[in-house]
Amino acid sequence: MKTTRRNFIQQTALFTSVFTLGFDWFESKGATMAIANEPGRFNAFLSIDAAGKIRLYSPNPEIGQGIKTAFPVVVAEELDVDWKQVEVLQANLDTQNFERQLTGGSGALKHSWERLRKAGASVRQMMVQAAANQWKVDASVCKTSKGFVLGPAGQKASYGSLAAEAAKLPVPSTVTFKDRKDYKIIGTRVRGVDNKDIVTGKPVFGIDVRKPGMVFAQIVRPPFGATLKSFSADDVKKMPGIIDVVSFKNKVAIVGTSTYEIMQARQNLTCSYGSDTPLEGNDTHQAWFDAGMKTDKATVQRKDGDFAKAISEAAKVIEATYECPFIAHSPMEPMNFFADVKPGSVILAGPTQVPQPAQKAVATLLGVPENTVQVELTKMGGGFGRRLNNDFALEAAELSSIIKKPVLVMWTREDDMGGGIYRPAVRYHFKAGIDAKGNITSFYLRGVGLNAGNSTRQDNFPVGAIDHVLIESVDQKSAVTTGPWRAPITNFLGFAEQAFLDEVAEAAGKDPIQMRLDLLARVKSNPVGKITYEADRFAEVIKQVAEKSQWKKKPGVHQGFSVYYSHFSYVAQVAEVQVKNGKPQVTHVTAVTDCGEVINLSGSENQVKGAIIDGMGHAMFAKLNFQAGVTSPTNFNAYRMIRGNEIPKIDAYFVDNGISPTGLGEPALPPTGGSIANAIYAATKKRFYKQPFY
Amino acid sequence: MAITLTINRKKVSLDIDSNTPLLWALRDHAGLLGTKFGCGIAQCGACTVWVNGEATRSCVLPISAVANTQITTIEGLDPAGKHPIQEAWDELDVAQCGYCQAGQIMTAAALLKKNPHPSKQEIVDGMAGNICRCGTYHRIQEAVALASKKVKK
Ligand code: FES
Ligand code: FES
Repeated sequence: MKTTRRNFIQQTALFTSVFTLGFDWFESKGATMAIANEPGRFNAFLSIDAAGKIRLYSPNPEIGQGIKTAFPVVVAEELDVDWKQVEVLQANLDTQNFERQLTGGSGALKHSWERLRKAGASVRQMMVQAAANQWKVDASVCKTSKGFVLGPAGQKASYGSLAAEAAKLPVPSTVTFKDRKDYKIIGTRVRGVDNKDIVTGKPVFGIDVRKPGMVFAQIVRPPFGATLKSFSADDVKKMPGIIDVVSFKNKVAIVGTSTYEIMQARQNLTCSYGSDTPLEGNDTHQAWFDAGMKTDKATVQRKDGDFAKAISEAAKVIEATYECPFIAHSPMEPMNFFADVKPGSVILAGPTQVPQPAQKAVATLLGVPENTVQVELTKMGGGFGRRLNNDFALEAAELSSIIKKPVLVMWTREDDMGGGIYRPAVRYHFKAGIDAKGNITSFYLRGVGLNAGNSTRQDNFPVGAIDHVLIESVDQKSAVTTGPWRAPITNFLGFAEQAFLDEVAEAAGKDPIQMRLDLLARVKSNPVGKITYEADRFAEVIKQVAEKSQWKKKPGVHQGFSVYYSHFSYVAQVAEVQVKNGKPQVTHVTAVTDCGEVINLSGSENQVKGAIIDGMGHAMFAKLNFQAGVTSPTNFNAYRMIRGNEIPKIDAYFVDNGISPTGLGEPALPPTGGSIANAIYAATKKRFYKQPFY
Repeated sequence: MAITLTINRKKVSLDIDSNTPLLWALRDHAGLLGTKFGCGIAQCGACTVWVNGEATRSCVLPISAVANTQITTIEGLDPAGKHPIQEAWDELDVAQCGYCQAGQIMTAAALLKKNPHPSKQEIVDGMAGNICRCGTYHRIQEAVALASKKVKK
């Protein structure tokens, strides 16, 4: 696969770099790193020109979570240069040499931390060595600062001036990392590297792809579970600007020269559908939930002690059922993808979180070798998990192969919202038994999901602190397609668990924060079964949020607490509600996050606040309905998105512990529904068991 | 019949269906891709441009209605990115995915043109029509306030 190499050579030719280190952005151990004038098995490059300009070719697609900025920050820190000297460029997909080029699971940074530091530190060490050789001193007496090597007798040489000599040195096998107290860039506020493009309206998104000879298309997709019996294209084809109407896989594609003409022509298309089984509606889903709750065929996900016996002996039993609907991801940029399928070469371009699987799947679909498929990455107008599914890329490729033209397939908002790959609908049933002293002795959870896989997270706290536990799941197959949605499963499970624990605390007569801390102390002193979280880190975010939010110390303010561990990060929240004109209003959320080392404070704050707003908006308003396999609503007039006049004040704090960084795109979302619902309960004595609340 | 209008200070003549929404005329015919499509039904504000200086949703506005008007898009606000709103957006690092921001910026810049020193509530109300799926609302509001400070009293 030549994509990266060609890109790289084109770009470096323009910049005449004299030093280029090729390395692997993703591999955390034992990967190659070498001076690369003719790059080999690398997916990332760090190059320095004679003037000292530093360029980083980063292979991660940018989706709005800021890794295109955060990753280079790490390299620049260890390289010890001024951030202003660094330019970041997006590399295209190099499938042969890539291990992990995807955006999802908040795993990008966790995966790359060591590697990125090593790349920067290696180059720094080579610059030092080049200077030491020149000055005939030992490397250990030289220092670096802001892209310069400083010698013991006041010598000073820029990285740019040393680059040519440094390129002749071997890449060091061991490097020393900076002490975190010497960090100059990590932990500060670094502005996004694409900010200028964004504020001046540069065409950087998938929807903006334009190629010579390109046509546009929209695709009409069938109701879930239905097959296309026939369609009438004659009237459509007569419409101005329409090039073709073709059908594949139960879909009908309208190809034309402009978006508006296609939208007009589409109104004249009539399709007739059939199906062997009844198409699904809301009542089908409810019946499936009921059946799933009753079945004796649930999959046991975790079992500690003897739940049945313990619950029968409990002094008090608390029981509750929670439920969430299917919801769409609704990124502001609707799905779209470009494909140009020609004999011997396939070009794909667009916003995907997972380019490598796109390449593979398209190669399989078309029956062509993978190395003939190129993927050009664009910026993504949000993803939230939706762009982990490459259905849009496959459709574009298939259509291009049929019409034999380069084509940009555009989804309208209605297509996007009605087109599936939703957050699965799930119903949860919880039971907890408490003894006479108010201690939780038994805990039960069954999750019944529709295309959700395992809808529980069986090792989640408070599991580990309770003697008798039973966690089960039931997965019901549905024709409605599903996929990961920001913080998969936990985006709703987090709410359900945290709302339920609030009820348990109330029944036990305990303060909800103290109850968590007591349970965590139990995990430390006498853990039950497998423990997947660190009790100390958990307790720390809880203590900090209690202090920062002045828990129970604000008269007239109703507070709700929640805490959640997901994607290796810990987030505790306190939400505040005030009743205005008889209506509860969420006025303030305090969040304390432990995601290890904070790389870019600006980006991190943005992620936490964004995830809280996202969690709150979807908990309050989002729901899709189904009737005969068709989704409603399909646009923002009836599917309400949270707006800027509905948001609380948010204070986002981070635990300063210097532990290796972990995920941040997702972890602040799962606790949000819970903290808000618990605060609303404190204000109104009304509990929410279903999302959306309103 | 061709419709003539001025886009970013340049006279443009569009010989297309006069019902074509301005958004698609800009994107598919005038080659200006900065204005974004979000909903197509005047709900999200991603497509906001100025028509004779007024912030307007271009997705539901047929070009027949904008003949002989002055259109300003994100590309025409200040191509160098020096408009106080653009500078404030960079300074406060507002964007996450960035997709909604052209519409946010055009709305905000129009707001400041009318009311150079809005109150906090006026900013919140003035920006409430634009959806940001990434939830950058706090920084949007802070950036409008910051830009308003940059505008001379
Ligand atoms: S695209 Fe025009 S308001 Fe949403
Ligand atoms: S920044 Fe992503 S939608 Fe606003």
